[in-house]
Amino acid sequence: MAAETSAPTAAEPLIQVEKFNYAYGDNQVLFDVDLNMRSEDVTALIGPSGCGKSTLLRSINRINDLVDSARVVSGKIKIDGVDLYAPDVDVISLRRNVGMVFQKYNPFPRSIFENAVYGLRVAGIKDRHDLEEAAERSLRSAALWDEVKDRLHEVATGLSGGQQQRLCIARAIALQPRILLMDEPCAALDPIATARIEELIHQLRGQYTFVIVTHNMEQAKRIADRTAFFYKGRLIEEDDTMNIFNHPRDPQTEAYITGRLT
Amino acid sequence: MTPVPTNDNPFAGDNSGIQQRETAARWALRIGSYIVVIITLAIMLHIFIKGAPVVFRSQWPFVNTQFLTELPATLHVIEDQQGNHIETDVNGADAIKKKLGDNFRAEKTISYSGGGILGPIVGTALLVVVSVGVALFLGVACAIYLSEYAKHGKFLEMVRLAILNLAGVPSVVFGLFGLGAFVLTAPTFVDVPADRSVFSIPLGFTTLSFEGWDTCVLSGGFTLAFVILPVIITASEQCLQAVPQGFRETSMALGATRWQTIRYSVLPFATPGILTSSILGIARAAGETAPIMFTAALAFKDKLPWQKDLPPLPADASIFAHWEQSVARFFGIFTESVQALPYHIYTLAAKIPQNEYAERAQYGSVFVFLVLVASLAASSVMLRKRLRAKYRW
Repeated sequence: MAAETSAPTAAEPLIQVEKFNYAYGDNQVLFDVDLNMRSEDVTALIGPSGCGKSTLLRSINRINDLVDSARVVSGKIKIDGVDLYAPDVDVISLRRNVGMVFQKYNPFPRSIFENAVYGLRVAGIKDRHDLEEAAERSLRSAALWDEVKDRLHEVATGLSGGQQQRLCIARAIALQPRILLMDEPCAALDPIATARIEELIHQLRGQYTFVIVTHNMEQAKRIADRTAFFYKGRLIEEDDTMNIFNHPRDPQTEAYITGRLT
Repeated sequence: MTPVPTNDNPFAGDNSGIQQRETAARWALRIGSYIVVIITLAIMLHIFIKGAPVVFRSQWPFVNTQFLTELPATLHVIEDQQGNHIETDVNGADAIKKKLGDNFRAEKTISYSGGGILGPIVGTALLVVVSVGVALFLGVACAIYLSEYAKHGKFLEMVRLAILNLAGVPSVVFGLFGLGAFVLTAPTFVDVPADRSVFSIPLGFTTLSFEGWDTCVLSGGFTLAFVILPVIITASEQCLQAVPQGFRETSMALGATRWQTIRYSVLPFATPGILTSSILGIARAAGETAPIMFTAALAFKDKLPWQKDLPPLPADASIFAHWEQSVARFFGIFTESVQALPYHIYTLAAKIPQNEYAERAQYGSVFVFLVLVASLAASSVMLRKRLRAKYRW
């Protein structure tokens, strides 16, 4: 399935995971994962806890490098045909192109404005006008601007949970990445805040390529174009979301989506 | 269904003694805490009762300014035939004796007990500034490396063990280490190396000579820094670990380097705690006697560190020459040996014959010492509170 040619074509997937094996020390958590994610798609990764879906997500921007014992055993993850774990890849510029939103909304205890422009600041942008423009653009994209425009310089931890999570999304898209990784973005939110985040993902669909880890299968159904089911470190099945939920080919997938597999 | 007797309380305690043991345990713990509080208060009260009258006055300006603004001196006590005691210094003694004439009966001299304690106060302040500065820089650097950069493993465990062991080293050992390392062998730039130089490296315009810094504020400050280093490293590392891992991941996911992450998203939130640890460091550094005995402190010195005789500048000296001399004077402060409060108290208490005048000087010094340490600690606590209000998560 992996394309051998290096020239990118419209049909070629943006993210290619090839025979990817990943381990924490001696504990291997991903086995021979082959997965392609198309540009501008929303791909949902589902599966029971400990199935490796978060590890895969966190390998796409190499944030898992922060875990001391984590290592790639074999295989590759490519974006646009470039192997992310090649020695000449700079993780900093990789992460500028691959944004991430975490499960626990965690804005820095600084002002809303400073949160929104954090990525730009560390990238060395100092011009006040540029920063303000970027902050407004990203906060508008994250559907937060109208709620916070009058209190940009108040501390971000004073916002509600849902607003904080949308601020985290704004912060990630301020860098205008191509890919947005979301690790259970609604797990800590109430249903109304969850609905707003899902609505936001719908609005942003097409501008970014989304990869979303979720425990909520209804959510996967609502937002994802493609869904990949993981079990015990292996990719069991990957297909259009409707096919996965309506006509699963693998009995394990069926067991999971019907709640018989935990 | 058998009727339940009305007077039988189903929740009554049994007589197994569980209640008594609970009460006994609570009281044992409570009494232990009370003893600690009482002893602490007794120490404070004792020092206050004995020391406060030395420092405070009942008349304006209510403070014994002489005690706080003069250097220690030998106290001369002159007794007349009526049994009156007149306290004076070495200069006043002759005049008073002449005035008394035949009325003069006896004169006593008590070392170090006259004048004030400005010298020891200044010395201790300088030692604390140098040691806390050095220890904070080295300690925080070490803590950041251990917490943020080093990989978990055997090496890290060994480093941690070494730091813990450092905390257990008796302070007099640090004193000897300071004598060997800083007083006798530390590197310094000189034109001509001294005979005692361990070895020297000529650099052309000057020579890097390992001949030590002599007994001075710098030697003592560095030695004290190593005494308080384990406390600062351990506490700083704990504060860094207490910053949520999510801050680091988020920051790096936004394309920050490790150092940017530490600088903007870890250190600011750990700073209040690190300052708390430096409070402990300040109190400890100010209180240690053994490490400074061989490295910085003198029993007596009649000059403040900045009262050094520098060659007078010619009248037409340039601004640059004036500036150069000011800089030399400033840095000269740190290459002077000083008096220090704990060592001064030790001298007063153990090195001179005891009498009411020596005791007065002792308790006055102890009282000032306690007030100084307490106010240093209080200012750190206030600073921490303000920072904490700014960075809360």
